[in-house]
Amino acid sequence: MTNQALRATTAQPKPILNPDQQAFLLFIAILLVFLGLWELGATLKIFLPIMPSASQTIQDFWFWMSDPFFDNGPNDQGIGLLLLTSLRRVLTGFLIGSAIAIPLGILIGLSEVVSKAVDPFIQILRPVSPLAWLPLGLALMRDSEKTALFVIAITSIWPTLINTKFGVSNVDVTYLNVARTLGASRWRTITKVILPAAAPNIVAGLRISLGIAWLVIVAAEILLSGGIGYFVWNEWNNLKITSIITAILVVGLVGLIMDRLFGLLQNWVSFGQRS
Amino acid sequence: MQSSKTMLSPETSAPAAAHLSLNNISKLFPGRNSWTDRLLRRTSKEFMAISNINLEVAPNRFVSIIGPSGCGKSTLLNIIAGLSQPTTGSVSINGQSVTAPGPDRGVVFQNYALMPWMTVAENIRFAVETVYPTMPIAEQKSIMQDYIGLVGLRGAETKHPHELSGGMKQRVGIARALAINPQILLMDEPFGALDALTRGFLQDEVERIWEQERKTVILITHSIEEALLLSDQIVMMTRGPAAQIAQVLDVPFPRPRRRETLDQYPDYHRLKTAMEQHLSYETRAVEESRIRP
Repeated sequence: MTNQALRATTAQPKPILNPDQQAFLLFIAILLVFLGLWELGATLKIFLPIMPSASQTIQDFWFWMSDPFFDNGPNDQGIGLLLLTSLRRVLTGFLIGSAIAIPLGILIGLSEVVSKAVDPFIQILRPVSPLAWLPLGLALMRDSEKTALFVIAITSIWPTLINTKFGVSNVDVTYLNVARTLGASRWRTITKVILPAAAPNIVAGLRISLGIAWLVIVAAEILLSGGIGYFVWNEWNNLKITSIITAILVVGLVGLIMDRLFGLLQNWVSFGQRS
Repeated sequence: MQSSKTMLSPETSAPAAAHLSLNNISKLFPGRNSWTDRLLRRTSKEFMAISNINLEVAPNRFVSIIGPSGCGKSTLLNIIAGLSQPTTGSVSINGQSVTAPGPDRGVVFQNYALMPWMTVAENIRFAVETVYPTMPIAEQKSIMQDYIGLVGLRGAETKHPHELSGGMKQRVGIARALAINPQILLMDEPFGALDALTRGFLQDEVERIWEQERKTVILITHSIEEALLLSDQIVMMTRGPAAQIAQVLDVPFPRPRRRETLDQYPDYHRLKTAMEQHLSYETRAVEESRIRP
């Protein structure tokens, strides 16, 4: 009996599961333990009565997932429609912000004088919470939709601006020397050497900007209206915790997908510059 | 043979090789000692890298510059390339003073300096297009193809630099420098980052290519064998600071040269011994000056 077991282990020194599969199993185990404790706590009434059980939450999650695009008026929409509203705002604001940040970043990256002149503005405005711009947006735009775009655009500017400036001003000097020894014009050096060399940094900046914009849209929509953020606040007023948890998960998933897409773009422009 | 040479050279009015002269060149790197530098603890002493360098390089000659590390070889090459300005003195090509970089000098960099986002073909095309912007695209492409063939990289045109070995990267670097048909080729320790076998192989390749494209070449090197295999003249420099030319050796071996038979020439061992003595003496002095400044 023992001999057989010994033989079995020595004959099969390789573990049955590779590390990825092991990690996946562990992930499932953690999830199940977490859901089990949650369910147990809810049925034993350890939590506050407002806290739903895990099974209720999963049921509600499934309700929202099974029909994401229903539309019964502005306060009763499917989660897919709400997400589309938020995504449209984030992407539009992000595009506006990037359209300002990338050219400005290139400009201040190329010119030390402009960089030093503009730096105080950037350094003071950058640490400000995006939501602090919201009242100003409302005062200027008098429209919640435009204010949302305004806040997202301002949010999206800083990481892209700073990364673009960094990328442009830190191009490997040997690339610039190659262009100089060939007698390349300034314009050709910028378009053919500096911008491609800075592209990984620019995309990294865009990636951070979009991530922060997605963080901010939920908060901004709680204060404005429409979209997934407003839904979260609305369901809090309805005391539907299950819907809030559903929204949190969906927001997280969408953020993850957008980040991964930008990660792919980043690899695509890097050409082995980033391992 | 003759026809392939003319095919490889784009039509330009400039002569294919040039006389280079260095007149009394010195380079002083200024120190930093202002009060802000002292406050930030980043002061540095001023440093005379090279002083009073005079050198005449005849057209179509292959000249190596060899010296102990830190003797300002690369500084000198950068000055010839126009990437750095001499503090005193001047560089002239065919009697014309040059102060800025230009396509009359092709540079091969130690770290290859290929654009990572361009393929092999695009790296070479970029150089050709920059120097000959009005040349028809078809002609640019044919020049590019010729030089890819010359350095033996046919089939790798669409690869990006990160897919190439160090030796292949430097072949692209050489092809790019030659494709603009410079009058002078400047090479800054082009094989320094390669392993010994690849280095030997590329040295043979450079010898072969130089037989086809006789340019005026300045090669910075650390390797005595490399200098002896490739050069017509070897410039030995003293140690820095204020490095100078110690001696210029003529290498009389006939071409084409082969690494295997090079040591059968009677002068080979004499030259090699002279270089070894000079370099080991200078290197020892450099090491001692670091211990007891």
